[in-house]
Amino acid sequence: MTSSLTRSGSDSGTDTSLFDRRPLSFDSKLKRNRLNALFTFISGLFATLAVLPLVLVLVYVLVQGGRLISLRLFTELPPAPGMAGGGIGNAMLGTVLVTVISALIALPVGIAGGVYLSEYAGKSLFGQVISFANDVLAGVPSIISGVFVYGLIVATRIFFGQSYSAMAGGIALSVLMLPTVIKTTYEGLKLVPNELRLGAYGVGASRFVTITQVVIPAAMTPISTGAVLAIARAAGETAPLIFTALFSAFWPDGIFNPIATMSVLIFNFAIMPYPAQNELAWAASFVLVMMILAANLLARWLGRLSKI
Amino acid sequence: MTSDHALSSGALFTRRRRPSSEKLLDVGFRQLTLALASVVAIVLLAILVTVFQGSREAMASFGLRFLTTSAWDPVNEQYGAFVAIYGTLVTSILSLAIAVPLGVGTAIFITEDLIPTRLRDLIGLMVELLAAIPSVVLGLWAIFVMEPAIRPALELLHLLLGWTPFFATTPQGPGMAPAILILVVMVLPIITAIARDALNQVPIELRQGAYGVGTTRWGAIFAVILPAAISSIIGGVMLALGRAMGETMAVTMIIGNSLNFDLSLLAPGNTIASMLANQFGEADGIQVSALMYAALILMLLTFTVNVLAQWVVRRLSLKY
Repeated sequence: MTSSLTRSGSDSGTDTSLFDRRPLSFDSKLKRNRLNALFTFISGLFATLAVLPLVLVLVYVLVQGGRLISLRLFTELPPAPGMAGGGIGNAMLGTVLVTVISALIALPVGIAGGVYLSEYAGKSLFGQVISFANDVLAGVPSIISGVFVYGLIVATRIFFGQSYSAMAGGIALSVLMLPTVIKTTYEGLKLVPNELRLGAYGVGASRFVTITQVVIPAAMTPISTGAVLAIARAAGETAPLIFTALFSAFWPDGIFNPIATMSVLIFNFAIMPYPAQNELAWAASFVLVMMILAANLLARWLGRLSKI
Repeated sequence: MTSDHALSSGALFTRRRRPSSEKLLDVGFRQLTLALASVVAIVLLAILVTVFQGSREAMASFGLRFLTTSAWDPVNEQYGAFVAIYGTLVTSILSLAIAVPLGVGTAIFITEDLIPTRLRDLIGLMVELLAAIPSVVLGLWAIFVMEPAIRPALELLHLLLGWTPFFATTPQGPGMAPAILILVVMVLPIITAIARDALNQVPIELRQGAYGVGTTRWGAIFAVILPAAISSIIGGVMLALGRAMGETMAVTMIIGNSLNFDLSLLAPGNTIASMLANQFGEADGIQVSALMYAALILMLLTFTVNVLAQWVVRRLSLKY
């Protein structure tokens, strides 16, 4: 070490003494650079493969479903098997109805649950139990919530002796929405700076006033983003509805009767051997995908508002 | 001094007692949110109780034999869920084997400054939107577009590897292999999103240090960045496994729903979720109970995987 130091001091003209002073140039033929390029290529290929299904699904849904869009689609009932024409008006109305029922149940319960976890629970055991239960519920497969509501409501005919009903379907969907709403509300409220709460207490506001007039409005954006995403997800869910809301070939008849929804219509009609039904399945997919993509873009736009 | 202060403050401020109505409102609101928060726990408990109660009859008659026998015979009332359990495990694990490299590779591609930010955000947005597409729409697409398109590839696989039991049957439409591929499409966004967040959270100093000692970009990724993010990535993969196990619609529409056991991936199969979707509506008697039993097994499987996922994230996370 010392010898090299002295040597470099003695003949400072040469550059190869203390450091390896090769010019800093990029040699693409080096093994490490080749490997680097190879892995970059592979990861780019993987990214392309990951995006490809979305593009293909969108193209097919847009082309196959988009060309079937007409006024008739929105106003008519599905045709009898083997017949041509018809629409999916009843299923669209049904999807809206069932989703509204589930949102009316899941949003108040979920937002209040999130408020409790964030504002009151602290690190208490009860709070931990609730958040663990919420994580577990979020991981419960969607079909299980259908089985649950079937066992609890459909089989027991709890609603005026009715078995399958729009109400049962809405409840099954709300079980799926609940964990998402609680989680996003909780995380939104956690982002509200504590100074806001302290400021509100400082001017004499009660806890209730602080939470409802200061904290929740401050977190309105993440809460509404979460709500929109949860509703969009529920609108596309099929598994919990197959044996709770069932299906109906007719217009909705109150919320205590079986009801058609677009997702169940797609499932039922996709596996039918009739082209007219298959086409309606594509058309329903188009409407559903458009609704859900619009909701997702709305949620992203809402999310961007808060960052400004 | 102090008394003087107290005097002046007495003059400046008026003491206001909180009216009891306000206190009542405060306590009432707290109790209300507490009650609504407990709904989550109650629902979870109710699900467990409902499914457990429903499956008791089948448990009593079939016991643990249910897990290992593959008879599903409504006429003689003999039920065993082996085919469905096997299908659930095989489809979910194989789909993850494909989706993990794809998802983590994509996540690296859109976090490690390989391409312009706008393009990165676009790919990220597209993967997120893929997650929003309903399962049933993917199933429809799988039936009419994907399965016919990949059938030649599967036939080639049968020709080349037909001598192994795993590809021994000729592909004829629905089967395990298309179901695995559609599951890949469904879990890919989950893995990508979680791996992306994990990679973004690796401290910049680690990257700078790695580049500072002269490694290449991929040297840094493999030796420094991925190890630092590995716990979250594994957690995400486990979550995706749970999702794949419980995934219902797309799989039901493309797996063929066969009740017979076949080792071949090109043959139709079944999963617990697709069996429930297909049979629950029309079942009665002990068949309902057998299906509830299968649902209980599915719940236990996903529960175990999800709890393990949380444990892994907490246990393996590196402290910087």
